[in-house]
Amino acid sequence: MLDAIAERFRAVAPACDFWSLRAVARRSRSVNVRQGVVQPVHEAHDLGVMVTVHAAGGVGYAATSDLGASGLAAAGSRALEWARRTASSSLVSSGQLPRPQGRAAWRAPVVMPWEAQPIGDLIATLTACCASLKRHDAIVDWSAGLAASTTESLLTTSDGAAIAQTTRLIAPHLGATANRGGESQERSLGRDSARQGGCEQVADLGTWAQAERVADEAVQLLAAPDCPGKRMDLVLLPSQMTLQIHESIGHPLELDRILGDERNYAGTSFVTPDMFGSYRYGSDLLTVSFDPGDVSEVASYGFDDDGAPARRELLIDRGVLVRPLGGAASQARAGLPGTANARACDWNRPAIDRMANLNVEPGTDTLETLIAQVENGILMDANRSWSIDDSRNKFQFGCEWARLIVDGRLAGVVRNPNYRGVSATFWRSLDGVGDAASRRVHGTPNCGKGEPNQVIAVGHASPPCRFRDVEVFGGAG
Amino acid sequence: MSATVRSDEPAAAAAAQRDAFFRLADAVSGALRAGEEFLLRCSGEDSDFVRLNHGRVRQAGAVRQRRLSLQLVADGRSATVACDAGGGDDSDRERLLGLVSGLRVQLAHLPADPHLLFSREALTSSRIEPGRLPDPASAIDRLITLADGLDLVGIWASGLVHRGLATSAGTRAWHSVGTFNLDWSCYHTGDKAVKCAYAGTSWNESVLAARLSEARRTLPVLARSPQRLSPGAYRAYLAPAALDDLLGMCSWGGFSCKAQRTRSGPLLRLHDGAERLHPAVTLTEDHAGGLSPGFTDAGFAKPASVPLITAGSPAGSLVGARSAREFALVPNCAHEAPESLRMDAGDLPAETALHRLGTGLWISNVWYCNFSDRSACRITGMTRFACLWIENGEPVAPLAVMRFDDTIYRLLGANLEALTCEREHVLEAGTYGGRGLGSSLLPGALVGEIALTL
Repeated sequence: MLDAIAERFRAVAPACDFWSLRAVARRSRSVNVRQGVVQPVHEAHDLGVMVTVHAAGGVGYAATSDLGASGLAAAGSRALEWARRTASSSLVSSGQLPRPQGRAAWRAPVVMPWEAQPIGDLIATLTACCASLKRHDAIVDWSAGLAASTTESLLTTSDGAAIAQTTRLIAPHLGATANRGGESQERSLGRDSARQGGCEQVADLGTWAQAERVADEAVQLLAAPDCPGKRMDLVLLPSQMTLQIHESIGHPLELDRILGDERNYAGTSFVTPDMFGSYRYGSDLLTVSFDPGDVSEVASYGFDDDGAPARRELLIDRGVLVRPLGGAASQARAGLPGTANARACDWNRPAIDRMANLNVEPGTDTLETLIAQVENGILMDANRSWSIDDSRNKFQFGCEWARLIVDGRLAGVVRNPNYRGVSATFWRSLDGVGDAASRRVHGTPNCGKGEPNQVIAVGHASPPCRFRDVEVFGGAG
Repeated sequence: MSATVRSDEPAAAAAAQRDAFFRLADAVSGALRAGEEFLLRCSGEDSDFVRLNHGRVRQAGAVRQRRLSLQLVADGRSATVACDAGGGDDSDRERLLGLVSGLRVQLAHLPADPHLLFSREALTSSRIEPGRLPDPASAIDRLITLADGLDLVGIWASGLVHRGLATSAGTRAWHSVGTFNLDWSCYHTGDKAVKCAYAGTSWNESVLAARLSEARRTLPVLARSPQRLSPGAYRAYLAPAALDDLLGMCSWGGFSCKAQRTRSGPLLRLHDGAERLHPAVTLTEDHAGGLSPGFTDAGFAKPASVPLITAGSPAGSLVGARSAREFALVPNCAHEAPESLRMDAGDLPAETALHRLGTGLWISNVWYCNFSDRSACRITGMTRFACLWIENGEPVAPLAVMRFDDTIYRLLGANLEALTCEREHVLEAGTYGGRGLGSSLLPGALVGEIALTL
């Protein structure tokens, strides 16, 4: 289907220096059961194209869901008009922008495609899971659901390049809210567990089998004391590490932020171009990779949306900042090496620098060792609150679940756990990194950025990590 | 030279889109079997987007999208599928009719939906207001000329936004509005910038020029050495844009019927009577005063307004169709979060706000708010853009960014000193998935204390 659209456009493409067409077809389904009631099932069949035209030294784009010959021709004309009208006022010249090369294909591996699972079977599973969540009178709301999508894309150019890809996302989730008087507490599972693949990933995550634990913990939190407010050592489990990596490493390393493109919306960065190669971002234990090749992670792909081949790169090597997250256009503007991360959320948005899979590399400690070496501390898991300044420096994050650590052992549960710090110094307090066996793959389908706005899926894998002397506090009381 | 204003062409294009959508609905009607009902929705836009950085064009282009959502109902069961569409021609009709077949198959696997509710009354409406929008390329040329020498970064968005609804009961409703939204910042250095916005339905270049001049006047203050504050409590003035973000957090379940009934909203303690807001706080969902359609996705006409908080006490909630069925209420909104939030004005003339503030923070914008404690409606966030340190009613220095962490019951309760007489109409600049139609009408707020923590 996408080939036919590309050929249709080729026949009506405008006369110009160069054009590319990115066609995207996505099928998605979201099923949710709340309090035993099947919510409206959302299915979608998205289909559209993004046309980019280079002319007179300028670049313009036009996206359309009108895929007949006249609709495609109109998009080509509109893109050409924008290229010409902004050629003299463009920040980036046509010559600085990448032009995809060659012909290639990439397909995400899948064992059990979500499309093959009968919807009745899924509803039965979710309904049973939902019933397991309602195991206490204090549970006042509860639900279980699954979202999945399959995206096919084809990037073609006037030069004859053609890159076809198929990616897949699957995200099971469940949650329970417990209430007593003016206090409500929620425990959830899966908000950060998006993966690439099919139903085999759901089985690997084991989400449905954890419903009773999730409900029990929501009720436990109601009776728990508020998190104490003091400086202490902090152990973050992989789920919360996902958020910590995302906000205070991923976003500040995005090269388009460093170049100022995002200053009006998502923000700038405390990182400047001169820091690469020498700046100490964290302790020696911190090594961070950009790895679009870990196929179970949600942002794995063969090529980015500008056609650059994706490969693993280290961004932080034993604590030292070495490489930003920037696609070919940003690399040309900044004169820095980068990564294949020019990505668009859909056919209707142009590619910009995004995270893909951004991982903390494993260390040597078991989780038990990380905890055993804490005299006075706290273990936190499952993000529920995130806030960070527009330079990605001063942050405050909150979790659903926490247990105190006393003399090397896990102690009581506390509620409303929060912690805050400064990115530029926080990672230097990292003094323990879990081993490969403790590494977990997570991912979020909803990272927001860009003008016009784009929401995209990103993957993060990490072991548990320990940070020393962090400011920890609780709720309003 | 001023930018050319276009008007007739978009109105005719919108009318053609409406007619094409209604023809698609007629085709679906013709394909129904006995006992089947449907709701067909359209969401679309014809937009131009121009992204700017360093006073130059970073990315420029256009997006034309039509999204159809077809809900088929039979025997108390309901299934929905959405798809992108072209211009309402034969291929769209064939695609839509093909989806009907798929929905029939899916319905057989779904149980009856006890919370399903949609209108079976025929609603007829057509609102096409193309506005007086400029040619976007000409407008950008003028902006770049007027901003000469400024480090300007931001986004231009303009064009028509469409919403449509047609049902088997005979509803044929259409809504097209043309808006422009220029959302930008002028930077001094680092993170020091003046945030500006000019949005509306009728373009006036002199307004843009005036706002750029105002930014130029403020920039010298940002050149001063920033004031670094220690954590603690400070007097503060919250400009309407900052208040918009705080109320946006409250809107994250705070006015939702479902969230209230499931005791998961952030205003839980207000609704329980354990907390109160200041008597000057009156909040209303002003459907009639907003840009969003007057009909809901379920085919109900929205009331002109819905009182949410009156004189500091809860007055009502936003009830979507499913909640209406679940809790035996009357639907009054499309989504259970405000789309057109209006806050009553106070009695503080804005021109005297600096003087009344005396010494403290002038908070123009806040950023990245979230809950520290949702049940207590305790919100944290950062100061951003041109937040200033004020001494004796005079701007002294820009503020080095600070984190606040405080409850809405303190900020708009015990610590609220005054709301301004003047209010600002803030039009949503958000474009996730498509251009939004949200807006709010808000005053500024003078607070005796805001807690800064980092």
